[in-house]
Amino acid sequence: MAYALCLLLFMIGLYCAVVKKNMVKIVIGVLVMEYAVNIFLIMIGYRKDGIAPIVINDDELITGAGKVSEFFVNNSVDPLPQALVLTSIVISLGSLALMIALCIRLYEKYGTFDITQIRRLKG
Amino acid sequence: MSIPLPAFIAIPLVMAFLMPLVGSLLGRKANPVVTFLANAATIGVLFLAIVSIGNTEVYNVGKWPIPLGINLVLDGLSSLVLLAIAVVSVAAMLFSARYMEQYTAKAKYYCLFLLMVAGMNGVVLSGDIFNLFVFLEIASIASYALVGFGCEHEELEASFKYMVLGCIASTFVLFGVALVYAQTGSLNMAQIGGIIGGEPLSGPLAFALSMLVVGFGLKAALVPFHAWLPDAHPSAPAPISAMLSGVLIKALGVYALSRIIFNVFGVSESIGWVLIGLGVVSMVIGVFLAVGQWDFKRLLAYHSISQMGYVVLGLGIGAVILAQGGNKAWAGLAILGGLFHLINHAVFKSLLFLTSGSVEMSTGSRQLKQMGGLAEKLPFTRTACTVASASISGIPPFNGFWSKLILVIAAVQAGFYWLAAVTVLVSLVTLISFLKIQRYVFLGELPEKLEDTREHRGSMLTAMAFLACLCVLMGLLVIVPSLKSTILDPAVDVLVEGLEYSSRIINM
Repeated sequence: MAYALCLLLFMIGLYCAVVKKNMVKIVIGVLVMEYAVNIFLIMIGYRKDGIAPIVINDDELITGAGKVSEFFVNNSVDPLPQALVLTSIVISLGSLALMIALCIRLYEKYGTFDITQIRRLKG
Repeated sequence: MSIPLPAFIAIPLVMAFLMPLVGSLLGRKANPVVTFLANAATIGVLFLAIVSIGNTEVYNVGKWPIPLGINLVLDGLSSLVLLAIAVVSVAAMLFSARYMEQYTAKAKYYCLFLLMVAGMNGVVLSGDIFNLFVFLEIASIASYALVGFGCEHEELEASFKYMVLGCIASTFVLFGVALVYAQTGSLNMAQIGGIIGGEPLSGPLAFALSMLVVGFGLKAALVPFHAWLPDAHPSAPAPISAMLSGVLIKALGVYALSRIIFNVFGVSESIGWVLIGLGVVSMVIGVFLAVGQWDFKRLLAYHSISQMGYVVLGLGIGAVILAQGGNKAWAGLAILGGLFHLINHAVFKSLLFLTSGSVEMSTGSRQLKQMGGLAEKLPFTRTACTVASASISGIPPFNGFWSKLILVIAAVQAGFYWLAAVTVLVSLVTLISFLKIQRYVFLGELPEKLEDTREHRGSMLTAMAFLACLCVLMGLLVIVPSLKSTILDPAVDVLVEGLEYSSRIINM
């Protein structure tokens, strides 16, 4: 169910980015898509009633084996997707900044945010 | 001999961030210094790429073993694409030294240029599917900024269009990566390949593969995902057009696509037909859109779509033969044709964009109808352009002829006679459109206002001469057996071996 909603959010973002005429709305659409993927990544690692994947006390370690206990393995959430999400947020921040900068420069040149009026290239 | 793999990424990355620093420290005197440093960086990477040929290596970042850490993998296919990136970036960088004097902020331009090179090298070397996405974004973001570098109306418009489609493509790729991780629990390409292990793909994995094909297809500008390319590539400064058309769409698009399909997911007949379909449609539609263009660089950009079709077609024929369990030698021949055309296209298309830049700098126009009779005014540019045009149209003995010949032979051997026919037909239409360039730019009558046109010499000429020599000499790569077995065959073997890649990398 949650995955379906996530896919729906992705589709909404794609629709917005492809159909809308206003540049700012297009940027928002792209961002919604990126958020949908980020949420999806988080959900991959999610586990109901999970524990944080941090080894603090000896209960979680099998003494002498250098491994964590089965309880820990079966209950901790997956930390890797969280690291991936952090990376992907930073990347989308970079591209968002560039996109907004382009929007500002385009507005200075054309005096409009309407993408249908910014049409010097064709063919 | 051990190759320092991180240096491929570290040299351009460190140099990239040195550029604005040196630029602001030295102020007005900075231009020669940054030009020298940037050229030194690309030539250093070229040297490394030449040394790395024939080596297979795995580098574990931070000494973490394979399932835990990120790793960089150098094999035949990587070193072939690395070599193409290095050659084109050396030529484009040399060309920029003179060409970019029309623009301000040279240091920032070099910074973005080197970032793009670092990103592409990273994509090609990465053995980790998420890391591939990160490098893909580094290269893409640098290229969005470079397309809009002139900050004029058309450039900003093209850049915005490119950026929106590029971001959508990256999101698709990330979605695919997330799905793959959810299904296999690993991000390492070799390990994922081992887990999938040649079984028919389950529903979610097939969905992930289709997401990745759409994402990389958008980056490679295959029809029907090509809408951004004819705007973005002509709007960039000429050396950047050469980089974008020459190597960016290949490293981010076709390389990533072939690595994912052949080595990670494993070939199947259906994905092979998808590749053939994309290839044929790109070839035919690209070339027919190109013939009608009157803007020099736009015409070249449409040809990029068409020529990428050849590469994907070769890979697709190989995939179908492999999936049907046919003769591996014929599959290898088709893939050889595709990969050889990939590096040939990198050379002749970047040369064509550089000549268009030289013409544009001399005449101040890109419109074919406003030019004419420039053969006497621009003799060297004319020679370079003729060599590149002959290469792209497949006239012997230039390099394009050999790769197209191999593709036709492979298609006939595989029994796809109609594909061979389409290949030859598209090649003819290509010839027509380049005759048009010769006719309207270099022959005919010289318009009055172009009477005092001068050719810009120096570094621009060196760059063009370098690529033109390669166009003539690269046919040797398939004719001389020793060159073929050191440069091309290892790359073909990587794709033909398919999922055995997995065990080979993990056991190293």
